[in-house]
Amino acid sequence: MSAVTAPAPPQESHKRPKADLSDRAVAENRLGQRLVAPAVFMMVLVTAWPMLQALWLSMFKYRLTTPDDREFVGLSNYVTVLTDSLFWRDTYNTLLIMLVTVGVELIIGFTFAMVMHKIMIARGLMRTSILIPYGIITVVSAFAWQFAFSLNNGFVNAWLPFFDENFNWFGGHWPAMFAIMVSEIWKTTPFMALLLLAGLSQVSEDMLEAAQVDGATWWQRLWKVILPNMKAAIMVAVLFRALDAYRIFDNIFVMTRGAQNTESISFLTYRQVIEQMQLGMGSALSVILFLSVLLLAFGIVKLFRVDLAQARGEG
Amino acid sequence: MKGKTGIGTWIGFVLIMIWCLLPVAWILSLSFKSLDETTAGSAQFLPKDPTLENYSAILENGDFTRALINSFGIAIIATVLSVIFATLAAYAIARLEFKGKRLVLSMALAIAMFPVVSLVGPLFDMWRTFHLFNTWPGLIIPYMTFTLPLAIWTLSAFFREIPWEMEQAAQVDGATSWQAFRKVIVPLAAPGVFTAAILTFFFAWNEFVLAISLTSTTASRTVPAQMSFFVGPDPFNPPFGQLATASVIVTIPVIIIVLLFQRKIVSGLTSGAVKG
Repeated sequence: MSAVTAPAPPQESHKRPKADLSDRAVAENRLGQRLVAPAVFMMVLVTAWPMLQALWLSMFKYRLTTPDDREFVGLSNYVTVLTDSLFWRDTYNTLLIMLVTVGVELIIGFTFAMVMHKIMIARGLMRTSILIPYGIITVVSAFAWQFAFSLNNGFVNAWLPFFDENFNWFGGHWPAMFAIMVSEIWKTTPFMALLLLAGLSQVSEDMLEAAQVDGATWWQRLWKVILPNMKAAIMVAVLFRALDAYRIFDNIFVMTRGAQNTESISFLTYRQVIEQMQLGMGSALSVILFLSVLLLAFGIVKLFRVDLAQARGEG
Repeated sequence: MKGKTGIGTWIGFVLIMIWCLLPVAWILSLSFKSLDETTAGSAQFLPKDPTLENYSAILENGDFTRALINSFGIAIIATVLSVIFATLAAYAIARLEFKGKRLVLSMALAIAMFPVVSLVGPLFDMWRTFHLFNTWPGLIIPYMTFTLPLAIWTLSAFFREIPWEMEQAAQVDGATSWQAFRKVIVPLAAPGVFTAAILTFFFAWNEFVLAISLTSTTASRTVPAQMSFFVGPDPFNPPFGQLATASVIVTIPVIIIVLLFQRKIVSGLTSGAVKG
């Protein structure tokens, strides 16, 4: 839910030649490793180890309700998943939600950031307000919007002009997807806006004034000066939000439970594992989900050609 | 970019306020609507006849209060543990030269992007073996792990800003690395640690996937999970008012934290995202 980039890579190598490792350096090395050990242990225990276990389980036909029937089936779970239209439909839904929400959030978030950057008064009030959607529980956001769009108790139909009062937002695929995206966008735009604001405040005022003196229009200043200079912040915001949106689960679970063909890939995995107890098939899905997130992260980093360490200005 | 606040900025300001607060006002308003009103259907924004019946109903609902206790307990314990581990690690990363630093950082980055759902299956299986299924530790352990990367980054960014000459001064005076850490740096680092704690708490308070997958009863179910299973007697007519009331109650701690610590939260969120 939050964005930070990797701290700068260690720059120690040139400073202390390996040849004369003093006692002090040895002690420092040992202390450093001891201090990170508990955190590393936890991270391995809860992610790396279960992920390996998922890799192993994904090669079995294994249902928790009939554990004795467990049999080795090799890669056939993967074949089943990748040839299933349900999987591709859910992947399509997930990608669609990701692209639309991140795109919309980028535009609204940037507008918000511009307003927050320019405004001179009530900054504290604005900061407090914008942190409320960020801090609110996703399930609460989902309920709030589900009720807002609800047929009998929602205000949306009554407020929107040209809309039939009896329009059922959760009765069809597109309106239901729209409602889900609204909740997602509402909750996470502030996060985007705050990151972009931090990037915006890094853009040099002198450069902007120089551009203005040279006769650049507002539009040119935006595209030629502001945006290129906050590329790192945009990339971090997009990376974290895209990966977050790709994992969308809470909103769908609360608002539609996957009805009207609104299921996401996370939801499909959850359903296989928890509701149907298909641990083998579910594990294959888990592995595929994990790999697709990695691929996505790699793709975004390559697309923006920004080094994460550089994004911090230290690289 | 400087200068007077233009009309466009003012319109933007009003829109942002509406954007942020309208849904909050909506659940607040809904929480004062009576059961009769929502059953009959009430499309208007404000309640016709404000009532507190939802609040008394939800606070007398043992499952909900129990979930509230679970949420607080699990979030606070996970936060404390995560921050302790992250403080140690971040100090090492910011200050010490040791082998494997790069590995720790890459690992943390990978975990920050990890799809939590991927772990539901294996953790479900493992937790049942270790008897951690449907217990507080069963949620605390993954929560602290998933917040470690964020806490480590926030803290290591913060630790870089600390005047380390003071640590060296302490070492010159004969303190070991460990003593310098404990006596000099910990007090200086406290504000950063606090910021990391707030962000960690938000994560644990918000988490949903693991909360519904690794619990089965109110013994460990947190508020988001409990709310999602709270359908009431008629599945086609969910108790709007009571769910809205539960939403309001679970949002109160968030609003209090935001009001008190907004500046810290913003700095923590954006630390490392850009220079400075």
